[in-house]
Amino acid sequence: MAASLADVPQLVLNGLMSGAILAVPAIGLTAIYAVLRFPNFAVAAHATIGAFAGYLANTTLGWPLVPSALLAFLAAGVVGVVSDWVVLRPLRPAGLITATIASVALMIALENLVRLGSGNALRDYDLPILRDWRFAGVRVGPQQVEDLAIAAVAVAVLFGFLRFTRIGKAMRAVADNPMLAAIKGIDADMIAVLVNFVAMGLAGLGGMLIGLDTSIDPLTGFRALLAVFAAAVVGGLGSIPGAVVGALSVGVAEELSLLILPPDYRTVVGFLAILLVLTLRPRGILGARAY
Amino acid sequence: MENYLVAMGVTAGIYALMALGVNLTWGMAGMVNLGLAGFFAVGGYATALMTKAGVAIPVGVAAGAVVATCAGAGVALVTARLRADYLAIVTLGFSESVRIVASNELWLTNGSDGIAGIPGPWRGTLSPGAFNLLFLAIVLLVLGAVVSMMQRLATAPFGRVLRALRDDEDVAAVAGKPVLLFKLKAFAIGAGVLGLAGALYAHYTSYIAPDIFAPLLTINIVLALVLGGVGNNMGAIAGAVILVALLEGTRFAAPLLPFLSAAQIAAMRELLISGLLLVILRVLPGGIVPERISR
Repeated sequence: MAASLADVPQLVLNGLMSGAILAVPAIGLTAIYAVLRFPNFAVAAHATIGAFAGYLANTTLGWPLVPSALLAFLAAGVVGVVSDWVVLRPLRPAGLITATIASVALMIALENLVRLGSGNALRDYDLPILRDWRFAGVRVGPQQVEDLAIAAVAVAVLFGFLRFTRIGKAMRAVADNPMLAAIKGIDADMIAVLVNFVAMGLAGLGGMLIGLDTSIDPLTGFRALLAVFAAAVVGGLGSIPGAVVGALSVGVAEELSLLILPPDYRTVVGFLAILLVLTLRPRGILGARAY
Repeated sequence: MENYLVAMGVTAGIYALMALGVNLTWGMAGMVNLGLAGFFAVGGYATALMTKAGVAIPVGVAAGAVVATCAGAGVALVTARLRADYLAIVTLGFSESVRIVASNELWLTNGSDGIAGIPGPWRGTLSPGAFNLLFLAIVLLVLGAVVSMMQRLATAPFGRVLRALRDDEDVAAVAGKPVLLFKLKAFAIGAGVLGLAGALYAHYTSYIAPDIFAPLLTINIVLALVLGGVGNNMGAIAGAVILVALLEGTRFAAPLLPFLSAAQIAAMRELLISGLLLVILRVLPGGIVPERISR
């Protein structure tokens, strides 16, 4: 059962792969935090929604992987905008705690809407089973490489969007200094809608990528929640490059924990990482600058 | 039917205890606790293990409360200096970690099968009806003691400092109050009350398992408190009673929807609870019995 030291290269590789996928929803969480200043637990439910949207496209409509992933992004993004506008936006003025608690309630509500439609059964994507590639003593599945490529493209597009487009710059401005941004005439409501679309879309895409590896059910997103938060906190809550660094660290730490812990304790590793970082360096590895 | 009402009364009493514990940390001190199910679990498991090993029930219950207090102090210690959002994340992480440990450490907690056969006071010698009544009396006694303690705390200088640092931490600090120490104490006491409730629950039902401590329990208690009025001890109790009546009511509604599967019925229930919480936060933020600020 327990992994041995000889497995370390394989574990590190697996950790980097799962970390890259984890980075996608972690960026979503941290982006919402950077602009709207509250930890939105509903990312978990949007990850589930994305996973199911992608699943329906892939199995019922027979779409290939990439269009299915795009649909997962779109579906979760649209639900994210609507649920935030209707449910969370009116509660934000009541303060941080109210908004946070409301996001937990929203998470449970959305999860159960999915359950109402699907039941609790585990579902699998319709993907060809491929033989693993081997080189230099490590194994890689072609499917993993494709997942990694999708995650990497999504992250690269996001960085380009934030860096080079006017809207991306406006988002960074609001995250950096909301009052100054308002003075310059940036519409905060508009930015909130955009951030929710992009961030919850990423959560949905991340949920699908997480689901591709295993099976999906209404709790798919919730099971990943601690790891997603761990990635964002380790990297520095509110920092987008931080979320990437944090996700890779948490991914590798989770895999390396197999050397000393049974696999069921992966989730606890995320919690321990949060405790460790908050005790030693509360601002996270990269600090709190949004970009 | 009487038996059923008494059992509902016990559940409402235990929920009220939890709501009181949360009211101290959230309502008075302004610290969110999304992992309250975890502290409830810690108290329940502690007393279950001890009383099954032969310790007297009151000692086990007290130990459950103490263990939960220590766990609360630990969590507060890590996050006391940070903004409230980190506390939300860490407390949720704490309760999930407790759940995972309880599901996996078979030698200690018997995994997801849970611990059965936890002793209750005179369970063997009394009839089930009499046992329920006795337990209701015990829960009401404990509840009365905790309420009077909470009311004392609320009007004592301790409670005033908590409300001050909830409303403005810097002002409280400038007034010379050791803010961190106060937050730590408030969170630890609140966690202790949650542990006490968990211990009582374990002895009442004689059975605990990781499933019971799902995040929905946290939402239930938050709803009870929001419903009754955050910051008000009487509101916490009123909210718990209404919530239990509501939860039991959904049991009778389920047969009216025969076309839904068991999983869908459960989903409808969770949807109702979480939806109701969102609606109340929106339309009745002060709850039924809003906090009265005395001068």
